[in-house]
Amino acid sequence: MTISPSITSPDRRRLRLVGLLPWLFAGAVVGYAILVGGYAATVVSFALIYAVFVTGLNLFMGFAAQVSFGQNAFAAIGGYVSAVLTASHGWSPLPAMALGMTAAVLAAAIIGFPTLRLKGHYLAMGTLAIGLIAYEITVEWQSVTQGYMGISGIPPLSLAGYEVSSDRGQLVMLALVVAGGAFAAARIRRSRFGRALSAVAGSEEAAQALGIDVARYKLMAFLLSAGFAALAGSLFVHVVGFVSPEVFGLHMVIVTFTMLYVGGIGTVAGPLIGALIVSLLPETFRAFKDYQDLAYGAALILLLIYAPRGLASLFSTRGRS
Amino acid sequence: MNLAVATAPGVAAPAPILAATGLSARYGHVQALHPLDIRIGEGELVAVLGPNGAGKSTLLRALMGLVSNAGEVRFRDAPLPRQDVVAVASRGIVLVPEGRGIFGPMSVADNLELGAYRLRDKSEFARRRERVLTLFPRLKERLGQMAGSMSGGEQQMLAIGRALMAGPKVLLLDEPSLGLAPRVTDEILETLGLLNREGLAIVLVEQKAPLALKLAARVYLLSLGRIVAELDPRDITSHDDLAQHYLS
Repeated sequence: MTISPSITSPDRRRLRLVGLLPWLFAGAVVGYAILVGGYAATVVSFALIYAVFVTGLNLFMGFAAQVSFGQNAFAAIGGYVSAVLTASHGWSPLPAMALGMTAAVLAAAIIGFPTLRLKGHYLAMGTLAIGLIAYEITVEWQSVTQGYMGISGIPPLSLAGYEVSSDRGQLVMLALVVAGGAFAAARIRRSRFGRALSAVAGSEEAAQALGIDVARYKLMAFLLSAGFAALAGSLFVHVVGFVSPEVFGLHMVIVTFTMLYVGGIGTVAGPLIGALIVSLLPETFRAFKDYQDLAYGAALILLLIYAPRGLASLFSTRGRS
Repeated sequence: MNLAVATAPGVAAPAPILAATGLSARYGHVQALHPLDIRIGEGELVAVLGPNGAGKSTLLRALMGLVSNAGEVRFRDAPLPRQDVVAVASRGIVLVPEGRGIFGPMSVADNLELGAYRLRDKSEFARRRERVLTLFPRLKERLGQMAGSMSGGEQQMLAIGRALMAGPKVLLLDEPSLGLAPRVTDEILETLGLLNREGLAIVLVEQKAPLALKLAARVYLLSLGRIVAELDPRDITSHDDLAQHYLS
């Protein structure tokens, strides 16, 4: 006879509290950075920008279980459209950002339509090519991007006439954007669309046999992911005030993949936790001097051994009952 | 030895709900299914038997359009699109794939909900769900549980329940007994028999011939991608009869 385990309400409440821990951790880190300012604020700002990017990456790679090594291309589009329009053509940042995101999503639609027919390794290789092509374009199209020189003098974001230029102001703004992104991801996860993505992740064939239009949902996840990437790219250039091709190069792919897996692929809190940890770890090992990279690498390996499904999954309330 | 395709005599053939003519399928260069004709009557339970690698699963996948295929399939006398799985599924032809294809990390309730993915009518949804949970009371106890953590039998019940949520007109089942204990298999087959008596057309692919023979009105025997016989299960009185077909 099978008896379903009954969960008493205090247990449930405890589970919910455990689920809040990653958010409390993130809130504490951001709060600390706002209080201290200076270098800490810079590090955490970059971490939050990465978190926006990884939240998008997670929609495509975590929720829909696809692979893309080329989302940096869409960050580059968002970043460069923002940079060129504001620095060279005098646009104000918000419309430039909106246009950059639109351009990135359009590019994703054109690229994704043929590319998403690929699966597994082939999809990985195809998307890797997209990232490399975007990089080459940013290097070679000098009349617009100024090549390796990069574009400087990009104005900070301004909201309703108020320019967000202080470290703390930018941190607060970025924290709000990340929170909005995480909220959107959580809503998507629980939606009809999110369940369809989970089905695609589970088995494309079974999903199709249930009448779920797999190709369409994959493309939608890809477009959303590109939108987040472009937003992150645009935020980066407005926060830093400068952009060059290396910003959106292969390094970004490696760092963001690390963040996604360390944080917990497929979870809602994972991208933020991963972005914070992977950004902060090298800083905490600064005292090790020459051995900093070694300690960082060892820490990553330990994380993958003891939390193979990512840090956020340690606090997951799903599938415990 | 040449075996003529025998038509089951004495069975009043109901109007076909699903009829394939010259249906063939290939994986790349490999022809897995040679052009064949198959017919499923309204409310009929048809079994497809045959040895390993005969093309039984491929036949179901070809009917769904999940594998590159050629030929014509008509559903209630209207042609079915051939390479468009979603279109086939939305007409009410629903596959329970081999190995069940349930979504392991999702809850039982979410799996059931995905079965009715194309259904927007809330009250019809509730009605179907109630029906599935009545047919498989064990799923009711496990609604919040992760589907992948259930026993094989329960997963198969979920796979069938999820298919029923789609409101199927024809249910295609690929080896539902695979890897299950005999008692659980009996329970599941009993439910399939019940659904069939209520008028649901079913195509049952099985390796375990005796199980399928008990339920089926008609049997197709498949070997090396061809139909080698169409039989009336009542004519098969002993294992030897069947073995002769398998070996010929």
